[in-house]
Amino acid sequence: MSTQVAYKQVFGWPESLKKNPTHYCPGCGHSIAHRLVAECLDELGIREKTIGVPPVGCAVLAYNYFNFDMVEAPHGRAMAVATGIKRVHPDKFVLTYQGDGDLAAIGTAETIHAGNRGERISAIFINNAIYGMTGGQMAPTTVLGQEATTAPGGRDPRLHGSPIDISRMLAVCDGVVYAERCSLTSVKNIRKAKKAIMKSFRCQLDDLGFSIVELLSPCPTNWKMPPKDAWAWINNEMVKTYPLGVIKDITGYEEAK
Amino acid sequence: MASEKVLMRGSDVVGEAAVRAGCRYYFGYPITPQNELPEYLSKRIVELGGTFIQGESEIASINMVLGASAAGGRVMTSSSSPGIALKQEGISYMAGMELPAVVVNMMRGGPGLGNIAPSAADYFQATRGGGNGDYRTPVLAPTGCQELVEMTFLAFDLADKYRTPVMLLGDGLMGQVMEPVVFPDPLDPDSLPKKDWILDGCEGREPRTIFSMYLGQQGELYQHNLRLQEKYDRITENEKRWETIQTDDADIVIVAYGTAARIAESAMEELRSEGSAVGIFRPITLWPFPLPALRDVATKAKKVAVFELSLGQMVEDVILSVGERAEIYFYGIPGGLIPTPADVVEFIHSAVRGDEKVGRRIEV
Repeated sequence: MSTQVAYKQVFGWPESLKKNPTHYCPGCGHSIAHRLVAECLDELGIREKTIGVPPVGCAVLAYNYFNFDMVEAPHGRAMAVATGIKRVHPDKFVLTYQGDGDLAAIGTAETIHAGNRGERISAIFINNAIYGMTGGQMAPTTVLGQEATTAPGGRDPRLHGSPIDISRMLAVCDGVVYAERCSLTSVKNIRKAKKAIMKSFRCQLDDLGFSIVELLSPCPTNWKMPPKDAWAWINNEMVKTYPLGVIKDITGYEEAK
Repeated sequence: MASEKVLMRGSDVVGEAAVRAGCRYYFGYPITPQNELPEYLSKRIVELGGTFIQGESEIASINMVLGASAAGGRVMTSSSSPGIALKQEGISYMAGMELPAVVVNMMRGGPGLGNIAPSAADYFQATRGGGNGDYRTPVLAPTGCQELVEMTFLAFDLADKYRTPVMLLGDGLMGQVMEPVVFPDPLDPDSLPKKDWILDGCEGREPRTIFSMYLGQQGELYQHNLRLQEKYDRITENEKRWETIQTDDADIVIVAYGTAARIAESAMEELRSEGSAVGIFRPITLWPFPLPALRDVATKAKKVAVFELSLGQMVEDVILSVGERAEIYFYGIPGGLIPTPADVVEFIHSAVRGDEKVGRRIEV
């Protein structure tokens, strides 16, 4: 009998990610979020039945990184495009991956109505409180007092309105079965985010309804901070406007341990 | 076996023809005067196991069309002028992404909300792309219910053949009028040619992506546009359609499409009974415009009289076709008023005399 050494793989490159270097800035949350999505698809074994819809914004090129079928959507329309796909292929897995400008400003109507129809799609919502791709303009989610290139002096509720909490807006829709807000600022938080994404994906596979996972995500470049400070800003400031945790859960799933 | 002859309203005719052409996905937003079409399909398409969604807006609806098309579905939407303006975003993306779909425009008066009466003032919007970028969409212009049947089938076939959105351009009158029609046998959607580019999950193959953005620095967008143009050249070469009525002996030829062509046909009968040698040239595809055919007819007749339910849009394509080979007269009715054949008779009398009492001479 030959000697065999058993190795247990504890880390590797997810099959759901292509081996391409990303264009994201150092310290950006997108790479972490991409990896979490890819790990969840791998673990559920659904990469080959997945069709993804990226946003217009920093993640517009996500199809260069995700290793499954993807179709571009006009700015804000990912949920409508995903609706069309899911209605043709109800047996496939359809996800959108959108930023705050895409999902919560120009795409507000598409977002709310996809949720309200209970479309069987899973939405990954990257909230970094700023327009990244276009260079740091005010986002619908920019917090009060936060500087942006189009909010010099900081966001003023009288001038700009207050930050919008679209996950909470979605939660009032009957078709939305699960909404959770997580952050990408520590190993602990990242592991929590992965659990939430996993649950959101299960909602679709079990045909329960619409679900969204909002990820508070650092944008050191446009926040003009080193990555470490960007994490701290999320933990100390951003969560005041966007408290972490489950916003809605009518899935009936038992919490694992 | 084709259907029995049935009496149906134009909007319902398009709906029935669409499902018989294998369309199982419809996304749209209500707007007068075409609401009977989504109402018809909300029942009919669902009976057949398809999907009907009343979207939250025209923009959402056209993007649902985009998604369903990328997923391989035979899909359509419909609207009327202001709603079609909103759909231009999705139409431009689908042109860039080479996604087939049928878009029905039952035109009404404009600009803006205008009114709900029949009009044909969206010719520029339909034939010049309508959205941003260098692209065209084939535009079919039926005149009545039986043609709505045939052109709905043709629109889906052209869309799939060339991977492009195709527009069926009617107007409020055509959507409302009831006429007897015969439908061809229904197609089984599963019998349609398989598409090898759709997104249905990458099982057993490499992942596919469908997009319209080309950021590369090596002229990728330039190459993409040249590829699209090559396709538009092929469509122009192969898909021009038109009808000529009694043009052989005509001294003057009326150029009109859609509802205007029907009014012109009644006028022509009256003029012929008076002894005038009048013919009709009716473009059926507005893009590609049947330029060479019109040029030949006009050259022979020496006089063309362009009649439109707008203040002069198609006339520009007539000018491009005819140039100085014939005298060009124009008469247009804007704002959703429906002219009578008698108005057109007066116009032709004027054009024959060359006095511009009704209509005007176009100097080229």
